[in-house]
Amino acid sequence: MTNAVERVESVYKRRHHFTMQTRQTIEAYIGLTPYLAGFLIFTLGPILYSLYLSFTDYDVLSPPKWIGSANYVKMFTVDGLIPHSLWITFKYTIVAVPAGVVVGYALGLLLNQKAVGLSFWRTAFYMPSVVPAMATAYLFMWLLQSDYGLINTVLRAVGLPAPKWWGDPDTVIWCFILMAIWGAGGGVVLYLSSLQGVPTDLYDAAKVDGANVWQRFRHVTLPMTSPVIFFTFLTGMIASFQVFTQVFVSSNGGPANGSLFYMLYLYRIAWTELKMGYAAAMAWILFVILLVLTVLVLRLSGRLVYYAGEERN
Amino acid sequence: MMRSDALTSGSVRFNRYLLGRRLGRVVFYAALVLFTLLFLSPMIWMISASLKPEGYVFEYPPRLWVPGAVEFENYAVAWSQFPFWRALGNTLTIMGWNMVGGITTAVLTAYVFARLHFPGRNTLFVLVLSTMMIPSQVTLIPQYILFRELGWLDSFLPLTVPAFFGGSAFAIFLLRQFFMSIPRDYDDAARIDGCSTFGILWRIIVPLSLPAIGTLAIFSFMGHWNDFFAPLIYLNSQEKYTLAIAIQQWQQVAVMGAGAYQPPLWVHIMAMATVLTIPPVLVYFFTQRYFIQGIVISGVKG
Repeated sequence: MTNAVERVESVYKRRHHFTMQTRQTIEAYIGLTPYLAGFLIFTLGPILYSLYLSFTDYDVLSPPKWIGSANYVKMFTVDGLIPHSLWITFKYTIVAVPAGVVVGYALGLLLNQKAVGLSFWRTAFYMPSVVPAMATAYLFMWLLQSDYGLINTVLRAVGLPAPKWWGDPDTVIWCFILMAIWGAGGGVVLYLSSLQGVPTDLYDAAKVDGANVWQRFRHVTLPMTSPVIFFTFLTGMIASFQVFTQVFVSSNGGPANGSLFYMLYLYRIAWTELKMGYAAAMAWILFVILLVLTVLVLRLSGRLVYYAGEERN
Repeated sequence: MMRSDALTSGSVRFNRYLLGRRLGRVVFYAALVLFTLLFLSPMIWMISASLKPEGYVFEYPPRLWVPGAVEFENYAVAWSQFPFWRALGNTLTIMGWNMVGGITTAVLTAYVFARLHFPGRNTLFVLVLSTMMIPSQVTLIPQYILFRELGWLDSFLPLTVPAFFGGSAFAIFLLRQFFMSIPRDYDDAARIDGCSTFGILWRIIVPLSLPAIGTLAIFSFMGHWNDFFAPLIYLNSQEKYTLAIAIQQWQQVAVMGAGAYQPPLWVHIMAMATVLTIPPVLVYFFTQRYFIQGIVISGVKG
């Protein structure tokens, strides 16, 4: 009797479970439909198509013509502006990103000294990074105006040389670096939360062992916050290779291509000269460069970054 | 004797310690004030310049304002030189659709990953996360060609429709984490009461996740207010420009006043830069807590 009841129950359960599972799977894929459709149409499809386009000559008006690797060859042989724009972008990145991380981290350290009115100071440091890139560019065009701009007027008043800033191909890049450093407070929120997360007993232990302020910073604070430093460094680097808006609205690549950033050049190739195939190749080269840099930084971080979870393994 | 000596020297040392501490605090707050001035003064100059009569923007030594001549008209003059209100409306329209579309899809996708068991779940989630690695440039040109084939150029469609099929990987990840922290008992109770799978999402999960959804709305606002590249390549006619594009065109292509070329004045450019800056600053001020939470989550877990 009981046996029979159990059997019925288990059969019912199994069937019920089965239908529940099937239903759940169907519901799951219904829920995922918009995302998956979007992924195929707006991400995967375009990736494959852009790879194809990069081997073609395509001016939008007539169908793409297969030209093999000619675009890639041209990029690094004939077209001098590719290495030039890469070099400009690289110079900008190599100065602006580390400087931004150092400034942001220093501000985070400062705020971590139990300041009264913490949220006021944090807001003040953070504010410039909320200003749209376009407004920042206009602001710095005015501040760094070479004849009457505030900064040059002050520099002349104290007897320092006043650079031409926007007017000189060699100094124009510094306008953008200064803008990036001005926005460096954007990292403060992250640095501060990670600094506050360092366990105080580590500091106490270090003090007992006779570590001074510098040693406590070097051997406790820095390693414990290194994952966040690494994260902001990596994302900052990727973002700075794609700088566009502030350049487009201000110098627009000039003077004498002194600020021809890579993305600006890509924009011109694709939307002014309508060389879509060549621009697709440029996009892929950018992707490869970012990938290589990411891998390099990840490798380096294996040695420099400390993850608290590692010890347990 | 010995004892009182030790006491006095101790208190002297203590006093000196206090003094050093106090001095340290003074230096510390001086540094804070200095950095605050350094970071805020360009913004203050921007606002100050936007309110000056033309001809005073480059005066030296600079004044915060010119007494008796605070020119609020600078704003009115600047936005009378191009279709400002129309452009603002366009920006808000595009932003609104992106918020609705992006968040709806992200909520739905995150819910499926957080609550439902189905074959291929882990593989698909890794796929979602991996899209974070793909730089937008690689998909940019084919997308442009696609929208061109569809006849969508010079319309809002390329700027809004993808949001309904996307939801950024970051948004999906953040929401999934949040949904997983909601006890499943609520789901079970609702299901016993006859709630369907998507009914649970709408009646239980969404109302409990408003803080996370709010955070994403803020990020969406910041992102689309500042968006420049996509509107630049997709919009060609002046009446469709977003605010950023309209201001850029006005600033660079210049004002056609009675047929004469007349570049905009610095005071007007600074006024428009201020207009661009105010909304994100206000949003940051009023939603600081959510905003900071969102940033910390993205940094620590992203």
